[in-house]
Amino acid sequence: MSPTPYLVLSVILFSIGAAGVLTRRNALVAFMCVELMLNAGNLAFVTFARMHGNLDGQMVAFFVMVVAAAEVVVGLAIIVTIFRTRRSASVDDASLLKL
Amino acid sequence: MNAPTLEYVELAPLITVFGAAVVGVLIEAFVPRRLRHLVQVALTLLALLAALVQIILLAGTELVGAVGAVAVDGPALFLQGTILVLAIISVGFFAERRLEGGGDAFAPAASSLPGSEEERVLVRQGMLQTEVYPLALFAVGGMMLFPAANDLLMLFIALEVMSLPLYLLCGMARRRRLLSQEAALKYFLLGAFSSAIFLFGMAFVYGYAGTLRFGEISEALTANLGQDGILLAGVGLMAVGLLFKVGAVPFHSWTPDVYQGAPTAITGFMAACTKLAAFGAMVRLFYVAFGGLRTDWQPMLWAVAIATMLVGAVVALTQTDIKRMLAYSSIAHAGFVLTALVAADSSATAAILFYLATYGIATLGAFAVVTLVRDSGGEATHLAKWAGLGKRSPLLAATFALFLLAFAGIPLTSGFVGKLSVFTAALDGGAAPLVIVGVIASAVAAFFYVRVIVLMFFSDPAPEGPTVAVPSLWTAVGITLGAAATLLLGVVPGPLLDLAQQASVFVR
Repeated sequence: MSPTPYLVLSVILFSIGAAGVLTRRNALVAFMCVELMLNAGNLAFVTFARMHGNLDGQMVAFFVMVVAAAEVVVGLAIIVTIFRTRRSASVDDASLLKL
Repeated sequence: MNAPTLEYVELAPLITVFGAAVVGVLIEAFVPRRLRHLVQVALTLLALLAALVQIILLAGTELVGAVGAVAVDGPALFLQGTILVLAIISVGFFAERRLEGGGDAFAPAASSLPGSEEERVLVRQGMLQTEVYPLALFAVGGMMLFPAANDLLMLFIALEVMSLPLYLLCGMARRRRLLSQEAALKYFLLGAFSSAIFLFGMAFVYGYAGTLRFGEISEALTANLGQDGILLAGVGLMAVGLLFKVGAVPFHSWTPDVYQGAPTAITGFMAACTKLAAFGAMVRLFYVAFGGLRTDWQPMLWAVAIATMLVGAVVALTQTDIKRMLAYSSIAHAGFVLTALVAADSSATAAILFYLATYGIATLGAFAVVTLVRDSGGEATHLAKWAGLGKRSPLLAATFALFLLAFAGIPLTSGFVGKLSVFTAALDGGAAPLVIVGVIASAVAAFFYVRVIVLMFFSDPAPEGPTVAVPSLWTAVGITLGAAATLLLGVVPGPLLDLAQQASVFVR
């Protein structure tokens, strides 16, 4: 098995996620893009684990899934509260804090 | 297959703090509402004190525990002890209830709409948000684990355990909730973004070395000297994640917004303790795991250190809000610490440890003073309102001036000794240009600190100016301790410097 295609895929997923966070204006979409980046990291870890023939990378992938779930809990709580007060989840509207 | 062994005695401080945090969550569920505040504060303080005692008893230990995942050594114990001291003082600030007439600095229910009928009822009933304390305990646990993490996975987990509660704590301010929620959103989105980048970097480092342990990564680096693109990309991406947490330029843009929007007690806690933990983790990662790659990461950190010092100092000049000004000053301080980190001299670790301790205590004190200057809308953070404060309340203004002088690095304050040791370490490591930039940035920074002092003591108070609230014992003791430590460490820095020196060897 050649690991290269999997690594290329993970880099592509990571780039899509990063580009999404930087360009999308909706907090929920930006957050989903962060999740995509975490999963790109998982894919890279699993690929490298296969390449090196040890299980460390696969173990990391499990921990990252749990961390991502915890992040969803915290993130959605924050986004929902701010949506309730502002009636909008756009990150452009949240602009009280400026220089 | 053998079950892994855990060194319970050496890991006891971490277990105490995390255990107490879990108990704190249970208290939320089972203890009657009117007792909760008392029980939570008592439990939090007891747990932190117990952990501090355990750290002191462990002093001098050197081992890698938890199957190679957690290091118990000088730098880790020094930073954990300092974080615990700062956290104990912070919990006092969280528990302060005299400033808001019976309430603390947090919204009675963070989920209620600001200004809604629901919230008014809760305020009238005198409800308090007690979930703050378990959240703070989780954050402290993560902060203690972060500088002790000795493998990549533990490093990532500690980063998240430290950050997630802080995102929530930022959004809980009683006054100006919109600002507070906005700060939480910004901190969360940017923090999650940076930890995803950090994770991807971790994957590349693992791909290169085939292991997660710092020690084995370092061996892998020396074994195959072929400089792999994968490795450099990994180190760079991991550095982004850590530089974000310490608030270094160009990853600093969240700092002023979050510092301004978060409840001030949280801002102080976050500014002091997060920086300690993140720098501790950064020093360990770069010295222990990536030490063999020094010539590759040094140029990158050179550029970051220079940019951080200059941007922090120059942009602070234009600020009109005291919390934003302190935020930019904290950015400049991150740059000063980076100068020693870049130099990677043998004395660098001790200098960084000492600097972080002195910076942490002064920062905590300065933000606590900010909570006391109030007008009808809550804290009066606009600089113009601080005019003439020295005439109205000389003691408070003098204390704040002391913290500012420590930030500026004036002799006889702890900041001077800290800056001196950091710059000396950088000089010994052959980073003279960095030191020159550092001195220039310090001079610029001194200008705006002195400007605030002049404003407080030599201008006339505004007629509608803010009043200085009389705090309860919690805040009074905290500020006094901070001021005393700042002065004492400036006059007799010897003992703490020696301690930092003894604690500066990483276990490998």
